[in-house]
Amino acid sequence: MAQQTVLIGKHIEAGAKVVDFHGWDMPLHYGSQIEEHHAVRTDAGMFDVSHMTIVDLTGERTREFLRYLVANDVAKLTVPGKALYTGMLNAAGGVIDDLIVYFMTETFFRLVVNSATRENDLAWINAQAKAFDITVTERPEFAMIAVQGPNAKAKVATLLNEEQKAAVAGMKPFFGVQTGNLFIATTGYTGEDGYEISLPNEAAPDFWQKLLDAGVKPAGLGARDTLRLEAGMNLYGQDMDETVSPLAANMGWTIAWEPSDRNFIGRSALEAQRAAGSYKLVGLVMEQKGVLRHGQKVIVAGGEGEITSGTFSPTLGYSIAMARVPASVGDSAEVDIRGKLVPVKVVKPSFVRMGKKVI
Amino acid sequence: MSNIPQELKYASSHEWVRSEGNGVYTVGITEHAQDLLGDMVFVELPDVGDTVAQGDDVAVAESVKAASDIYAPISGDIVAVNEALNDSPETVNSAPYADGWLFQIKASDEAEVAALLDAAGYAASIAE
Repeated sequence: MAQQTVLIGKHIEAGAKVVDFHGWDMPLHYGSQIEEHHAVRTDAGMFDVSHMTIVDLTGERTREFLRYLVANDVAKLTVPGKALYTGMLNAAGGVIDDLIVYFMTETFFRLVVNSATRENDLAWINAQAKAFDITVTERPEFAMIAVQGPNAKAKVATLLNEEQKAAVAGMKPFFGVQTGNLFIATTGYTGEDGYEISLPNEAAPDFWQKLLDAGVKPAGLGARDTLRLEAGMNLYGQDMDETVSPLAANMGWTIAWEPSDRNFIGRSALEAQRAAGSYKLVGLVMEQKGVLRHGQKVIVAGGEGEITSGTFSPTLGYSIAMARVPASVGDSAEVDIRGKLVPVKVVKPSFVRMGKKVI
Repeated sequence: MSNIPQELKYASSHEWVRSEGNGVYTVGITEHAQDLLGDMVFVELPDVGDTVAQGDDVAVAESVKAASDIYAPISGDIVAVNEALNDSPETVNSAPYADGWLFQIKASDEAEVAALLDAAGYAASIAE
């Protein structure tokens, strides 16, 4: 029996096509995935992301623990509310999950991890936390709604009271603040402005309805995937997993090498991989007819690779992809599409940000 | 339940066939098929003049979800293709039985047409 978020009734009411997503009944689209995509790029859309897992870490040594647990360095988090994107690695340097850490107080940090990796993540975090005397608490009593798009913040503002408006006023990207019953963060998975808002389950359906009334369009997993891919954001399980180094997943920027004496899980393996430097994740662009898809073979200078995520880009009007290829790759490649070799351009894996083409 | 017009004939591979007279048949994909595929982004059509055999893959529907072959439901010559789909592939989603048609075939064997599924037969095939 699949799990359901507290918003399932709202999805069905809106005519969603509901599919199984790693054990959750989630909306794929509400009619047209492409229209939902455009709504987020040009106005405001919302996603039910309540299936994502919120994990609170508390204890005197929480910061010290996180400096060991994840590859990015939470020493960078000096202002309460500040967030950090990072990989959580195994000893071999493979990515167990990618996640966001929020610095709440010196003895309280919040993690938001993927739902598909929930059990694995919790087991890993709990096992590592013992030595640091950290309390690990999952927060299933919270729903989460991502409101994204150029008009997202203005539309959310119509639902906020004066205190909440003041709390989010001027909040920079990658911050979170608890105000009233809302935890409002300037994060997202679309490359647009907006918020990810956590709130008590019982308050979520009413909040969703008010967003609908404010003109925010519901958007499903389909649009979420094309939006994140245009923005060049990785999808766990597709663009990286436990067998893939963050260095081969365009996550090199999330590894804090300095200070060099910080021991984090996977560090020594990563240092060896960095010296070897064999594969990297690049962007592909195909302006002719057709769609690049996950699993297609990519032929580049010096070898072969594979498309990890591919799609039709509704914003650009042609197909884009992310591919893991030998680091010797030049600025062009060929993709095997159903037995035919098709030329593609190789670019940095970021295609659209803030509604604008960036390739 | 999906719309399955009574007056059309169907292949179990989700194409519909409509007689235009003089042995010419218009072919498209069913509402059920477009719903499974999701938003269409490209449609690759055969060339006018191609000779096709029943069951040949003659067109490709690329949706946000997948690339799917479209098969010739009957044998014959391609006499027209719906060029408008090059600019508006989404018509296959919005009007699968009307402006979203794909191509027309001049049948070489009318017996193949007679052997296609009727609406009830197709409805039963997708209910399984």
